[in-house]
Amino acid sequence: MSNSCQHNSSNLPQEHLLHRLHALQQEYLHISPQAMQQVAVEFNLPLSQVAGIVAFYSFFSAQPCGRFHILFSNCTSCGYLLAGQNLMQLLAQQLQVTPGKTRADGLISIGETSCIGLCDQGASLLVNGIPLTHLNPDKIAQIAQQITANISMDEWPGEWFEIHDTIHRRNLLLTTQLAPGNALQQAITHGAAETLTTIQQSGLNGRGGAGFNTGKKWQLCREKLGDAHYVICNADEGEPGTFKDRVLLHHHAEALFEGMTLCAFVIGANKGLVYLRGEYRYLLSHLQTVLSQRRNQGLLGRHILNHADFHFDIDLVVGAGAYICGEESALIESLEVKPGIPRIRPPFPVTHGYLGQPTVVNNVETLIAAAHIVAHGSSWFNSVGTQKSIGTKILSVSGDCRLPGIYEYPFGVRIQQILDDCGAQRVQAVQIGGPAGKLIGAPDFNHTISFEDISTGGSFLIFGHQRDLLAVHRNFAHFFAHESCGFCTPCRVGTQLLKNNLDKIAEGRGTTNDIETLKQLAFLIQHHSHCGLGHTAANHVLDGLQHFPQVFATHLNQHFVAQFDLDQALESARQITRRDDAAAHLD
Amino acid sequence: MSAIQNTIRIDNQAIPFTPGQTIMDAALAAKVYIPHLCHYPGLPPSGNCRLCIVEIENRSVAACTTPAAADQTICSNTPELNEARKALTQMLFVEGDHICPSCEKTGNCKLQAMAYYLGMLDDHFPQFYQRREIDASHPDILLDRRRCILCDLCVRASREVDGKNVFAIAGRGTKAHLIVNSPSGKLADSSIATTDLATTICPVGAILIKEQGYQVPIGQRIYDHHTIRETSLQEHIAGCDKLKRKEHQDTER
Ligand SMILES: Cc1cc2nc3c(=O)[nH]c(=O)nc-3n(C[C@H](O)[C@H](O)[C@H](O)COP(=O)(O)O)c2cc1C
Ligand code: SF4
Ligand code: SF4
Ligand code: FES
Ligand code: FES
Repeated sequence: MSNSCQHNSSNLPQEHLLHRLHALQQEYLHISPQAMQQVAVEFNLPLSQVAGIVAFYSFFSAQPCGRFHILFSNCTSCGYLLAGQNLMQLLAQQLQVTPGKTRADGLISIGETSCIGLCDQGASLLVNGIPLTHLNPDKIAQIAQQITANISMDEWPGEWFEIHDTIHRRNLLLTTQLAPGNALQQAITHGAAETLTTIQQSGLNGRGGAGFNTGKKWQLCREKLGDAHYVICNADEGEPGTFKDRVLLHHHAEALFEGMTLCAFVIGANKGLVYLRGEYRYLLSHLQTVLSQRRNQGLLGRHILNHADFHFDIDLVVGAGAYICGEESALIESLEVKPGIPRIRPPFPVTHGYLGQPTVVNNVETLIAAAHIVAHGSSWFNSVGTQKSIGTKILSVSGDCRLPGIYEYPFGVRIQQILDDCGAQRVQAVQIGGPAGKLIGAPDFNHTISFEDISTGGSFLIFGHQRDLLAVHRNFAHFFAHESCGFCTPCRVGTQLLKNNLDKIAEGRGTTNDIETLKQLAFLIQHHSHCGLGHTAANHVLDGLQHFPQVFATHLNQHFVAQFDLDQALESARQITRRDDAAAHLD
Repeated sequence: MSAIQNTIRIDNQAIPFTPGQTIMDAALAAKVYIPHLCHYPGLPPSGNCRLCIVEIENRSVAACTTPAAADQTICSNTPELNEARKALTQMLFVEGDHICPSCEKTGNCKLQAMAYYLGMLDDHFPQFYQRREIDASHPDILLDRRRCILCDLCVRASREVDGKNVFAIAGRGTKAHLIVNSPSGKLADSSIATTDLATTICPVGAILIKEQGYQVPIGQRIYDHHTIRETSLQEHIAGCDKLKRKEHQDTER
């Protein structure tokens, strides 16, 4: 943590505010008003900015959490609903704690959190920020025992925390490890302009979702004059069902930092930043080790590879639980110690990014691909893929299949091929690109993964024939309502209404009119929101209504139903009057 | 030639603009009304309410944050967009507690006026009934968050015009709420004054000056006599005059 932002040339303080707040949260289990005031003074920030940040990020809390703070992933793949069992409820019962409320003695608090990127590791949770995988009722009972006995986490069985990365298919990027400095040496030999040409000729497009041409992005940034240029690696990987960046950060950090350094060489940056999602904090020490090795090898720091004026170093900044911070301008806001509210675009980060300066933001996989391209040449890369989608795509495959894990395919691979390879049978639906992506059924399994057909940042969620798809829609709708940054009306209010509407249908209180409302809401959110989160938040509903209308129709009520549950509405009155007799209920 | 270059078309009407102007500013200067709640002349735009959505080549953008560019063809006053604006207004209504008949702002409220302007007859969506705090700590100013539409105007007004930075918006999604930049988080503890723009700019009845209730009787209030279209065009002219005076003063200094 101490090495972050050391090289900050701006007037931002030495330590990143997010790191300071994390340390306070760890130590005092919450961030008190007094602590916020102290931090505001320390960082010379308005108190409201500090309070705004504490309120924005899920992993900060103004109320004390338990000494054991457990967050279950609520993703459809690594979530706590396992074969009809609710693991979160199970643990809560055994420890006699209500989810969302810290137990009176302060020992334990249990809650849920958006996908933690362990979708290939079975049901998973974070305990004090550290992942624990492969959950089942047995393990839940054992965890409850450890906590009841107040046994420190250091003494919990080590294998509970093991993460087994499985790479099932390797292609261009995953077959070879780059020798450190190899690509950089090529770049220095050929010069920045020629290196940029190589990237441009490779046809590489961004792997983070939007698919913008990487050579073009680097060129625009390089051409823009500024006081400084920055390269940022987007390692926020928040799209539920995506975990390929987790595996890449763990096994290919060398190539990632090489790619960032190359980018710096091309655009003329002295400083790079990796924005790592808070859920991946456990990867921090590994990344720091690789960085310091590279510094020792002369691949980072001053006079890289003895080049007279090539100086570049990389800081790591860890997020604190906010999907929206994967959006590049929200990410930059977060780096600039603000809540992650997406900026007005244009201007785009390539011209007005970090601290208002020209900035390249690239996904982990994009930067790794760039390093390989410079090391092996553009034709090595563009011989693979389709005409419009060049190279390979690394997929995070999870859900109802025998072999979840990482699959690297040339672009153009058919969906059915992937399903066959991962041992998925009787597949009802696949959600490609995560909740923000596309939901398809069997008639579309002959489509391909590519920018021109079905594009994905990497998430590939498989739903077998026994899955309740309405529950999947509700899960996604809850995700977006929870993650909406709250800035603009259609997304802030619309995602909440969408969620309420799906819940209502699932409870059997929906009517055909609610289907019309779903469509209306989806249209409003999709077309009129401020940023990409809103633009994609209702995709799954529209896809579902198109491909799986019966999923909604079978739950609809044929008769008039009140908008709210009348009997339930009397509950608070019953509580106040301490009555629960028949007369205190409707019918 | 340059005259043609610096022209946009809104609903088939040619409108001149100066480079750097937003679509909103160009439109209002030409007395073309684009509905808006979070835009205010002279303050930096935010783009949060989305009432000002217009379409350029079938893509929806916020007029208040999108720079005008030569030959832009813009649709604004269309039945589809006005329907969407109405639905967005309904969303703002159900998110907060807007019981207009019992609200001191009624008749002076831009949200209410917008609803009338767009022909909104009901809430359409179910109410949220969220719990939101009231801050009555200040002797002269009341902050009732139940009516706040998170337009960010008070935040910007305090920061940009009053030079005080009294407000901020905190929290995500529907948990987003207005906070006060003071040690206790209360208005009484802040430097806000009744004469601040931040106090008077609130489009709804979320920030009210105390002890002035119903001085102007219902029936004689702003939107009893004018539409929000009229007052917004007026507001733009007044805002521009004020800006010009300020620039003039600044150059004289
Ligand atoms: C809501 C939202 C979340 C996003 N999350 C990520 C993410 O986790 N990782 C990522 O690389 N890009 C993410 N993006 C896309 C980024 O905004 C940006 O396009 C990308 O980082 C650019 O890198 P690339 O060109 O290498 O793909 C997200 C976009 C949106 C709208
Ligand atoms: S679309 Fe959603 S996430 Fe994006 S700015 Fe609007 S509220 Fe925030
Ligand atoms: S208090 Fe008023 S001006 Fe401030 S954000 Fe809320 S609605 Fe807007
Ligand atoms: S006036 Fe443009 S978004 Fe509110
Ligand atoms: S009438 Fe009270 S907030 Fe609009």
